[in-house]
Amino acid sequence: MQMLISTIIDGLNLGSVYALVALGYSMVYGIAKMLNFAHGDVIMVGIYSIFVCLNANVLPVPVTMLICVAVCALLGFVVEKLAYKPLRSSSSLSVLITAIGVSYLLQNVALLIFKSDRKFLQSFIELGSLKLGEIEIPLISFVIWGTTLIIMFALDVFIKKTSMGRAMLAVSEDKGAAQLMGVNVNRTISLTFIIGSALAGVAAILYAAKYQNVDPYTGSVFGIKAFAAAVFGGIGSIPGAMIGGFTLGLIEALTIGFLPDSLAAASDGVAYALLIIMLILKPSGLLGKKRVEKV
Amino acid sequence: MNYKNTYVRKIIGGVLCFVAIWAVVSLLIVTGILPRSVQSLTVKICYYIILALSLDLIVGYLGDLSLGHAAFYAVGAYSGCAFAVYTNLPLLPKFILALIIGGLCAALVGYLISSAIIKLRGDYLAIVTLAFGEFIRSFVKIIPGLGGTKGLIGIPSFESRFGSFTAAYIVVGLVVLCIFNFTHSRHGRMITAIRDNAIAAESVGINIKQTKILVFALSSFMAGMAGVLFGFYKTTLSPSDFTYNLSIEVLVMVVLGGMGSIRGSIIASVIIVALPEFLRGADNYRMLIYAIALIAMMMLNASPRFIALKRKVSESFSQLRARLKR
Repeated sequence: MQMLISTIIDGLNLGSVYALVALGYSMVYGIAKMLNFAHGDVIMVGIYSIFVCLNANVLPVPVTMLICVAVCALLGFVVEKLAYKPLRSSSSLSVLITAIGVSYLLQNVALLIFKSDRKFLQSFIELGSLKLGEIEIPLISFVIWGTTLIIMFALDVFIKKTSMGRAMLAVSEDKGAAQLMGVNVNRTISLTFIIGSALAGVAAILYAAKYQNVDPYTGSVFGIKAFAAAVFGGIGSIPGAMIGGFTLGLIEALTIGFLPDSLAAASDGVAYALLIIMLILKPSGLLGKKRVEKV
Repeated sequence: MNYKNTYVRKIIGGVLCFVAIWAVVSLLIVTGILPRSVQSLTVKICYYIILALSLDLIVGYLGDLSLGHAAFYAVGAYSGCAFAVYTNLPLLPKFILALIIGGLCAALVGYLISSAIIKLRGDYLAIVTLAFGEFIRSFVKIIPGLGGTKGLIGIPSFESRFGSFTAAYIVVGLVVLCIFNFTHSRHGRMITAIRDNAIAAESVGINIKQTKILVFALSSFMAGMAGVLFGFYKTTLSPSDFTYNLSIEVLVMVVLGGMGSIRGSIIASVIIVALPEFLRGADNYRMLIYAIALIAMMMLNASPRFIALKRKVSESFSQLRARLKR
């Protein structure tokens, strides 16, 4: 029982981070219609920025966090402007390959600066844990869940209530028509990238606080899984990304926790198998919109 | 009549080219002019060519995006090489049987997965194939007899570089011939029709589902054979050889070579496999250069000025050719 609960808590922690990253993937896909393969690597850059700030040892922790989010948001903005914007009218395949190129670029720049060995971070969010009888829940978990839920609701309100958010919805629906209605499409797409990357920055903070290590490939492995979560929930949908992220986190924690060792090696495979089954049953994901093909 | 003539001419030209390249490369290997590292590169180029060509069938000719080509490669490699490890036969028949078994297993898996996901297209297909590749990679870890995370060891291999190159090269030749004939056949025209307009193709009576599954199975068969070549070349297989990075690398070859072009895929695979070898001096910056080249290439291809320049160059080439004919 105790084991089960602590596994579930682990799963929810992991799921929260997945959900934040999946949100970023989902927003960018919904609006720019591109698979941003470099999104995971933005997280890696964020974690390294925390690492550098902590090592410098002069900045207070909240400033470090702000720097991390700012670095990620700026990176998202710059990458979109330099690499993706010139390709807006070309085929989705060349955009995909450019995104892969950006991902390789970020990884290798990190490799050159920080070398390939795994770096360990000092713990920077010190919290105790809550004891309920036998069960011990680390307080950091509440911080992680709270942050994720608040961000999700804030984003939902932002998209539905503000004019900027509605401009995003309009662009995701029909780029041309939105432009005719006076929406600045380029600015909207830039904003989407900034928000998506800032979310990746928040995910980087949570990841760094919980797992406290980073290497140049952390982001890409994590990113692919988060991406699977986004698709599982239906890409382009905010609640879908959340559900996908939490489901993936729980499944991963449970398979690692409860499968015998000989089978636990394939724990990654379980998540992917679920994604495949989901897409076979429901080709646009759990909450995704169905598209009708027109002649 | 005219069509048949060009077809025959192309085949004869191809065979001549094939033999000439084989003769030159084997001469270089046997005399030892090529350094050892480049010698082993020749086999690597061979299985990458097969991978690129087989993916080109799906991406270039059929127009579907697959990011999981490593899955079929892995299935072929593991099934063929497991056969080679656990049986006792002379090397050559063992190699040929392993090729066939690896190909057939991969084709079976390709058939099954493509009939399951036939409804998906575009980005969703890309994602499912990506997930499938990663699924296969973690699945082989738990199958007994395949070596788990540590890998399958003790795969036999050809004794000489010349032998392994020749064997791989012959397989490449067969694959090229097969793809050339396939794409110039009735089926080839069917798949390009589906790529260009699926609805129009369906309305003239092409069975889209069947044709797509056929292409996936054929492509996986070839990728499976490439896997067996890889296993016989490296003599060990581990799950980390089949990450999605490999699928992406092959996709890059197909896209840079020009989708739906056999010659282009071959040239691109040779360049991309050989390039890192010549950048050895700049070891740390190798992947960085590769990444920047990738982005720059895509941006160049999209810029209108470069497209105009390309058109001009190809026009002047065809003018030159016409003048030479006269």
